[in-house]
Amino acid sequence: MTPDLTTNYLGIQFSSPFLIGASPLVDTIDKVLRLEDAGVSGIVMHSLFEEQLTRDAMATIAQLENPSESNPEALSYFPDVSDYSLGVEEYLAQIASVKERTGLPVIASLNGRTVGGWMEYAKEMESAGADALELNVYDVPTDPTETGAEIEARLVQIVRAVRESIRIPLAIKLAPFYTSLPNIVKQLEEAGANGVVLFNRFYQPDLNIEELEVEPRIYLSTSNELLLRLRWMAILHGRCQLSLGLSGGIHHVQDAVKAIMAGADVLQVVSLILRQGTGAMTSLMEGFKNWMEEHEYENIAQMRGCLSSKTSPNPAEFERANYLRILHLWKN
Amino acid sequence: MNTANHPEQTEAKAEKKATRQFHSIDGNEAAALVAYQMSESIAIYPITPSTPMGELADEWAAKGKKNLDGVVPSITQMQSEAGVAGTLHGMLQTGAFATTFTASQGLLLMIPILYKLAGQLIPCCMHVTARTVATHALSIFGDHSDIMAIRQTGVALLGSTNVQEAHDMAAIAHAATLRTRVPFVHFFDGFRTSHEINDVELIPDDVLRALIRADKADEHVARGLSPEHPVIRGTAQNPDAFFQAREAANSFYDVTPGIVQETMDQFAALTGRQYHICEYYGAADAESVIVIMGSGAETVRETIKALTASGEKVGVVLVRLYRPFDARFFAKVLPASTKKIAVLDRTKEPGAVGEPLYQDVIAALTESREGAMPEVFGGRFGLGSKEFTPAMVRGVFAEIAKPAPRRHFTVGICDDVTNLSVDYDATWQVELHGVTQALFFGLGSDGTVGANKNTIKIISEETGSNAQAYFVYDSKKSGGITISHLRFGKEPIRAPYLINHANFTACHQWHLLSQYDVLETAKPGSTFLLNSPHSAEAVWDHLDKDIQQAIVSKGLKFYVIDAYKVAREAGMGGRINTIMQVCFFALSGILPVDEAIGAIKRAITKTYGKKGKEVVERNHSAVDQTLAGLQEVAVPKEVTSQIARLPVVPDAAPDFVRSVEGVLLAGRGDWLPVSAFPPDGTWPTATSKWEKRNLAQEIPAWDSSICIQCNKCALVCPHAAIRSKHYAEEALAGAPETFLSAAFRSPEVKGHRFTIQVAAEDCTGCMLCINVCPAKDKSNPKHKALNVVSQQERREQEKVNFDFFLKLPEPDRLRLKTDTVKDSQFMEPLFEFSGACVGCGETPYIKLMSQLYGDRAVIANATGCSSIYGGNLPTTPYATNRDGRGPAWANSLFEDNAEFGLGLRVGLDRKRELAQHLLKVLAGTLGDSFVQELIEAPQVTETEIAAQRERVAALKAKLAGAQQREAQELLTLADYLVEKVVWVIGGDGWAYDIGFGGLDHVLSMGANINILVLDTEVYSNTGGQASKSTQLGAVAKFAANGKGRRKKDLGLIAINYGDVYVARVAFGAKDSQTVKAFHDAAAYPGTSLIIAYSHCIAHGYNLASGLEQQKLAVESGYWPIYRHDPRRREQGDNPFQLDCAAPKIPVSRFTENEVRYRLLGAIAPDRARELGAMAQQQADETFKFYQELAASAANNAK
Repeated sequence: MTPDLTTNYLGIQFSSPFLIGASPLVDTIDKVLRLEDAGVSGIVMHSLFEEQLTRDAMATIAQLENPSESNPEALSYFPDVSDYSLGVEEYLAQIASVKERTGLPVIASLNGRTVGGWMEYAKEMESAGADALELNVYDVPTDPTETGAEIEARLVQIVRAVRESIRIPLAIKLAPFYTSLPNIVKQLEEAGANGVVLFNRFYQPDLNIEELEVEPRIYLSTSNELLLRLRWMAILHGRCQLSLGLSGGIHHVQDAVKAIMAGADVLQVVSLILRQGTGAMTSLMEGFKNWMEEHEYENIAQMRGCLSSKTSPNPAEFERANYLRILHLWKN
Repeated sequence: MNTANHPEQTEAKAEKKATRQFHSIDGNEAAALVAYQMSESIAIYPITPSTPMGELADEWAAKGKKNLDGVVPSITQMQSEAGVAGTLHGMLQTGAFATTFTASQGLLLMIPILYKLAGQLIPCCMHVTARTVATHALSIFGDHSDIMAIRQTGVALLGSTNVQEAHDMAAIAHAATLRTRVPFVHFFDGFRTSHEINDVELIPDDVLRALIRADKADEHVARGLSPEHPVIRGTAQNPDAFFQAREAANSFYDVTPGIVQETMDQFAALTGRQYHICEYYGAADAESVIVIMGSGAETVRETIKALTASGEKVGVVLVRLYRPFDARFFAKVLPASTKKIAVLDRTKEPGAVGEPLYQDVIAALTESREGAMPEVFGGRFGLGSKEFTPAMVRGVFAEIAKPAPRRHFTVGICDDVTNLSVDYDATWQVELHGVTQALFFGLGSDGTVGANKNTIKIISEETGSNAQAYFVYDSKKSGGITISHLRFGKEPIRAPYLINHANFTACHQWHLLSQYDVLETAKPGSTFLLNSPHSAEAVWDHLDKDIQQAIVSKGLKFYVIDAYKVAREAGMGGRINTIMQVCFFALSGILPVDEAIGAIKRAITKTYGKKGKEVVERNHSAVDQTLAGLQEVAVPKEVTSQIARLPVVPDAAPDFVRSVEGVLLAGRGDWLPVSAFPPDGTWPTATSKWEKRNLAQEIPAWDSSICIQCNKCALVCPHAAIRSKHYAEEALAGAPETFLSAAFRSPEVKGHRFTIQVAAEDCTGCMLCINVCPAKDKSNPKHKALNVVSQQERREQEKVNFDFFLKLPEPDRLRLKTDTVKDSQFMEPLFEFSGACVGCGETPYIKLMSQLYGDRAVIANATGCSSIYGGNLPTTPYATNRDGRGPAWANSLFEDNAEFGLGLRVGLDRKRELAQHLLKVLAGTLGDSFVQELIEAPQVTETEIAAQRERVAALKAKLAGAQQREAQELLTLADYLVEKVVWVIGGDGWAYDIGFGGLDHVLSMGANINILVLDTEVYSNTGGQASKSTQLGAVAKFAANGKGRRKKDLGLIAINYGDVYVARVAFGAKDSQTVKAFHDAAAYPGTSLIIAYSHCIAHGYNLASGLEQQKLAVESGYWPIYRHDPRRREQGDNPFQLDCAAPKIPVSRFTENEVRYRLLGAIAPDRARELGAMAQQQADETFKFYQELAASAANNAK
């Protein structure tokens, strides 16, 4: 019997747990059409960044306006394209276009860190046809006087404000670095979030030791990153009512199986496709289905969370006991 | 008063607004709106001040705006105005309704074709912003010298006097040309009308349609060339035919004035605005009458209003249709009572009996005057946009009222040489009743002008008031002052002259207080608003004596705001425009402040709505926070300040700098007499050093302990404001306490000290030097050998240090490795402190050239940015060394620069050959071996040049006092025996487009000249129009939808000649290759071409990142660098060397950082992606081709 791959995430029915995560993979309609053909069940749009909506917009405007009106021969340096938009309209048009030309659920993505005007774009994404919104509040705290509680409060404030402005489901993509992840997830749930995504992958800067400079570097994910996510997925599953998405580390059939068994409703894949192309996604999904068949799982619900801390035969492995055991192994 | 013939518009406009469309627009837009609607094909080329008309047409077409026929006109950009005229002729020959826009030299380039259009009776209307033709100097400003240069071609000339007329006459001209078949040039005054914003009642489309005679339009189409009904045009005619055929067109000209008048009458019936081909205004019994064309007529009319009110018998005849000149009509409108006429020409025709209009008036009166002939006098006014005021008009009437007036005179200047200028009382004014006059002093970059343009829109739209705005700009490329002249009133404002009695004065920049007399024109009891870092309580003590005196004696109401603080707090960075705008509304009372704020906010939302909610919010927040920061100053009763304003140039400056350039710098050049100026336009070099602009807020400070002495900072500095020297330790004697030095690191020179010195007052704060500095503190890499410090804090200290630095001995040029970056920067820059933009990407190349070859360089400079920052008054950046040697520089035109440079070479060579001939003649006296050395010694290296200079000095010593004619002649020619280096410099607009024909020819000649193309990939000087150098996918003016075609490969074209040295360089990517290329080019004994990548503000990013962008340009394959040296072929080597590795990153890594590319993504994302992909493919193909060229050329060499 062919297993049933359908899954519910954020109240939306997906044909399988395999989604495309927020990335440039979906920045043109042609790419999305190819992914739909490959069988993905939905997409998370690439992110619209707060910086893009504020600082970059201000900078672009400044670059257009500042040299203007200072020399009699050159009152400006660019054509007066007054109705140009700085990224937003194209983004919104892209949502509408994907909705029109594919049958895929579309999750829009908004990325920011401070309370501000950029949050209002959530509503426009909804109007453009997004089925849900993924909010990525990516913060690297550097101020020693700012407390963890203050940072969490800001996150909750942003979530609450966005929640109030839209009716579509809202997922929050989280970083793993919270003192109490279950607590922050609980706060988010109370603020009106419908799901969380574990975890945001950081673009960690690297150091150039010859030039004495800090350089951006992008690493694609590997299966190694899965373990961190599996642990927290397993801990959260059953401890909250939120939908759970997993992002980062899905490269093999076994990775996908583990993620579902830890409690994920959907799996967001990016690096695998960036590295190996759309075909790898098809193979992954095919392999996943075969695995279910071979292991006689009839549907996703049957698998989901079976190895979470609630239902796992040895839940201590996810918690501190595991830490002790690993240390012990090292000793020997 | 006889006003029956005059289109007075004195009804309150607010009432009319309900039914008619009024817009605050400038003259260019007013004319372009009509031209666009009434044309199906438009050919364009940029030239100031007509450029905005072409830009608007291109933008409208890009946005799909349709003309009267419901189609989008075709826009064709050409390589020059000559090209435009040719294309226009072609379009018209097919029966097209075609137009173009131009001015000045551009119009002159069209002259041959204007004869053809007229000779072939081709209906056409083009629009000209009348501008000065370059003579002793270039001027971008307005007069009628260009219009007068085409009066003989057979085109009809119809002039407008104001912005409304620029709109109306455009329509009348388009309509009349179809009926008359005579081609029309519609003109209006450059800048004064083209750039003045005023209220214009727009002509509805149905009126435009009604003006066009369908039958005449059909006839034009039917005459179009077609193989269906073939004819030939442009035949060659012999003596038996030409003359009669030429006369066959007379009747068309005979009827033209009548048809134009009929069209004007028809226009009046449709719009209510009645015009005449000649119009009289003034006393019905006038005895003294001025005859004039253009905007000056408005000034005369305003003056006459005032003079007739006091009973004076004066009037004015405005000539609108200048060609064909209707003598009878003219004679008819002139009152019979007229006894004396002053004909005012806005042009100069040296050597003529009188100026053109003067001659026409005399001829017309002679032919057609009934009754006594008045006396006619001719005057020149307003050349190069010289102010023309009511006081001058009154002076003219006073002059001709004298018993023995000057027959020919000038007005508006003081001519103390030929004493032609009439005296006038400059303080006399015409009161503009019910008009508020506001004057704003700002900087180009602070948004003052933009905010003021918005203000007049708000006032016009919200209050129904009439508004006029005119903006005066500095000639500096950036960092210059702007002065906005705004007038508001219930009646139409017809005052085309600057405000000299302001009700409101605002100074948006604190430092301008010390540079300009901003309160000179403030009316007693008026309001003064100052953007001040000091509070209302503290500001008084920071003002100088003169300002305090003006405030106290004029009883000004004085307000301050710290606009930069408000802007920072609102997240607006340095944009203070809306903040100052709110203050203006709050203080001027023109609108209730709440209404004004509402309107400003609506304007912000409209402008920035699509760019982001945050952007709008921040602007709104700035508006909201403004009023809280606006404070009134309690003005003391007496002047308390001890602060004296410093002289504009120091007393140590040479006499000419103090007495002429200093006066120009202070904004008081109008008062310099004729005798102050050299009669041939020759100007001294090396004077920019006396103009201390103090532009930078932050400057670099040198940490000698970290510096690795690479001299990269000096190389990249666009303004020669950071310099490097090494010198013997004893030279440090007497050094200022804060003067820094370090041990000079050199294996060859021992015991020397080394200094990097900043010219704090000349630095523009671009940050390129700090960004290029590779030396970092090992424990704190944020700290480099150059670090940012406050200019204000270091100014005095570094001023003294820089003076000391300049006095240090220059490093010995003979011991420098001049082809290295480091040593090239020990050579004295002979190009310094130019008016180029902050962070300019062109000037480092010119400076490098001046360091290497400036002491023997003769420069031909094409018109463009480099001729403006290189040669625009007041001060000049080309400098001299201690021996008094330095670049000799000249600009001929835009289009002829390569030919001009070739001419310099030929001329210099001829002089050298003549000197060599004379040496041979005198060899018996001078000594054969000495003569042989003088003629044959090599002159490539510094050492060889120095040796030749010594020989020439010895020669001069031998020749001194000689009586023989040949010896005397040789003495005058001796300096030519030292090899001169000819540099031909210009931008890509010149090299790729308008001057390409000449450049190509010169490349083929093999002459020993060096051509430097400063490639910004757009016409930078006129505001960023596309050239053939513009790359695929870039948004530029004239390419508003992104350039759809690839850049011309100028280098390959030159390489194709085989014997041209060609280098493509980018100093920010590989400075060593740049220095080598300059070195090779000058040494190459033939033609050299350096194509130099020049980052530019027209690229749209902070130029502090210019060097990083250059790196990305090269690393991505966007701008591959190479050298092609034909000499290498002779040595069996590959002449073509690719100086960069294969691209490591995609082109998009480069393009994504620049607005010129990003903008396309914002306007047309799909096209941006498509062109982006094409650009990548093209870059790949080009690089592959270069690689193959390198390989195949090597094979050929073998």
